[in-house]
Amino acid sequence: METLTQLGQGFALALAPANLLWAFVGVFLGTAVGVLPGIGPALTIALLLPLTFSVDATSVFIMFAGIYYGAMYGGSTTSILLNTPGESATIVTALEGNQMAKRGRAAAALATAAIGSFVAGTIGTLGITFLAPAVVDLALRFGPAEYFALMVLAFVTVSAVLGNSVVRGLTALFLGLFLGLIGVDLQTGQARLTFGVPELLDGINVIVVAVGLFAVGETLYLAIHPRGLAGQVLRVQGSMWLTRADWKRSWRPWLRGTGIGFPIGALPAGGAEIPTFLSYYVERRLTRHPEEFGKGAIEGVAGPEAANNASAAGVLVPMLALGLPTSATAAIILSAFQSYGISPGPLLLQNQPDLVWALIASLYVGNVMLLVLNLPLIGLWVRVLSIPPPLLYGGILVFATIGTYGISRSPVDLVFLYAMGAVGYLMRRYDFPTAPVIIGMILGPLAEQEFRRAMTIAQGDLMVFLTRPLSATLLALALVALFAPAIVRRLRR
Amino acid sequence: MDRSRRRFVGTALAGGALLALPRSSLGADPIATLKVFVPANPGGGWDQTARSMEHALKAAGIVRAVQFSHVGGAGGTVGLPQFINQWKGQDNALMVSGMVMVGAIIANKSPVNLSQVVPIARLTGEYQVVVVPANSPHKSLTDLVAAFKANPGAVSWAGGSAASVDHIVAGMIARTVGVDPRRVAYVGYAGGGPAVAAIIGGQVTCGISGWAEFAEHIKAGKMRALGLSSEKRLAGIDVPTLKEQGIDVELANWRGVFAPHGISAAQQASLTDLITRMARSPGWAEVVKQRDWIDIFLAGAPFAGFVETEMQRVTAILKDLGLAS
Repeated sequence: METLTQLGQGFALALAPANLLWAFVGVFLGTAVGVLPGIGPALTIALLLPLTFSVDATSVFIMFAGIYYGAMYGGSTTSILLNTPGESATIVTALEGNQMAKRGRAAAALATAAIGSFVAGTIGTLGITFLAPAVVDLALRFGPAEYFALMVLAFVTVSAVLGNSVVRGLTALFLGLFLGLIGVDLQTGQARLTFGVPELLDGINVIVVAVGLFAVGETLYLAIHPRGLAGQVLRVQGSMWLTRADWKRSWRPWLRGTGIGFPIGALPAGGAEIPTFLSYYVERRLTRHPEEFGKGAIEGVAGPEAANNASAAGVLVPMLALGLPTSATAAIILSAFQSYGISPGPLLLQNQPDLVWALIASLYVGNVMLLVLNLPLIGLWVRVLSIPPPLLYGGILVFATIGTYGISRSPVDLVFLYAMGAVGYLMRRYDFPTAPVIIGMILGPLAEQEFRRAMTIAQGDLMVFLTRPLSATLLALALVALFAPAIVRRLRR
Repeated sequence: MDRSRRRFVGTALAGGALLALPRSSLGADPIATLKVFVPANPGGGWDQTARSMEHALKAAGIVRAVQFSHVGGAGGTVGLPQFINQWKGQDNALMVSGMVMVGAIIANKSPVNLSQVVPIARLTGEYQVVVVPANSPHKSLTDLVAAFKANPGAVSWAGGSAASVDHIVAGMIARTVGVDPRRVAYVGYAGGGPAVAAIIGGQVTCGISGWAEFAEHIKAGKMRALGLSSEKRLAGIDVPTLKEQGIDVELANWRGVFAPHGISAAQQASLTDLITRMARSPGWAEVVKQRDWIDIFLAGAPFAGFVETEMQRVTAILKDLGLAS
């Protein structure tokens, strides 16, 4: 009851006209930076930090929260339309979303992404409001052993994107694992595979690889094989709106995606990508239309999109409940608190209830704004596809280049972008799937670091993965996920 | 867009300051533009230092505008070569740096180092604190050290990445109590959030970080502070020092500013004067207080000597940790 009263006070603040305006500026900016590949919410908020010297705290945080949520909405747009993920959490969306667009279903893909994001964002915000203490308790039980087990489970999802040839799929996965190794090793401080290039010491940004493989690779492919262009004209067919069948096929993935995304987002080292991988895997295994996967199945957009928005909400749980920054964006938002002399920590809610509740209320408001902003935009976005392909892809290259340069203003990243573009072209030309590269690159280093942390703490005792109940459960789940499909198939025969 | 907005806000602030102060109190004419090189991405500690400098410099009417360049990565070792090569001889430029870079230069075997830039001043510092989870059986530093000496492998330490300031402190403690620093079971984390979660979730035996990173968790009773790396007890902080508990480790994670090589002695003196005036301004004192920094201002030759000693000290401990040769 107390929660509701405080939330009510939060709404009173968040709905003040000036704050509504800040929220709108935030979601609008967020959508824009989400659409641009490379430029993410963390960088945008960092560049806006000087505002904290002159604007009232509540307004600034309402705007920052809007940017954060907005970027999650916007990131899917270019994934679907142009096969160019704007954020690492929307890479999976490109798999089915872009196939849908190629079959003239871009509007439906964008709509299921937007509505799924709204559903997940709203349920996630409800989760922040009412479940935060319980979720935080669970999250703190995750030690390195549990994280490693979670990564093992996530690796199983690679099987859903391997493509027709296992050898080609695994080759792509190992390329990703290799790219993930580059940089200074966190546990020993030693540089690996950097060949004396200082820019490589921090590793390679996964977004640079994704944009290179997907966007630049696709552009090169079309430039070298222009005959493909004829089939590339993506005429929008059918209703702009979701059909009855689309709704029917979308609502369960939305809820499942939310259920996967929120708790994993709340884990201090969970991240936004892993839930999208897991959601895609689950939808692919549960669908009644397995033949459509890889060719534009709406479930494959609905689930991962809900998962990434729910995980964005999840990230705010440790941030608001414990003052823990668990993503780059959360870290920057927390550093903004310090500009106001507010120390973010476990006492944040106790010391600054007005601010925190106004922030939470603004998340509800922001979600509604984003839905209202994004649904009418769909009609505008799909018109992007009527731009003649040479101009369109020329434009994509420009945005990909600017966005990549924006990440760290490093020419080395640009060289890497185009090198990955060439690799992406070759992979496409010789029929290698590109998604496993990204999965390997994200999961590989996480799994390695967590494994080594677990080993350091347990003094090298491998049994730690089985003696800790949560870790053992997750590993058992991974086994089930790996073998259940084959066993079920055999039993049916 | 961002830069022009910043300049606009800056002009407005400087204008306000001009109006508020009588002309005579302004001192020397303000420098038109100060260029600040931040060898990190926006949002981190060095960036906050740079922006706070901008705030204080403009409020005191010392400079009119501040321009930032960010080149982030690898503890500042990506940016440092650029500052050395491309900013040479510029008399209105400063680089923000600190102890983190000293460690990164050695650990990353950087081909350039801080002897190739001109030390101007040390501005702020932060002391490191050793903590245990609230429900830890180790009630005091003595308990923790006893357990560590009995079986070093069984005591895990969470902190920043290997060769970070946190790791350096762990190594210094080990050396002081007579354990080979290489036997420290150090668990490196990339960000403060996951490290704090590992500590308050009881996944590790203890943790080390800057005071500000842990302060709120200590106040909330989620962590117990066992020792602070300061020389004396700090006002308002009820935590004993490592020193008074018999562990002779003293360290401040300092931040300061450097000028590029190739400037004249007069230019160096005028930059030092500019930063000194800033550090004594009320605007700076206010920012330092707000951010919970500790003012350990030191300028000129003493600062140059300090940097020299720090480089030797950090090299020695990184060698002991097996991270440098």
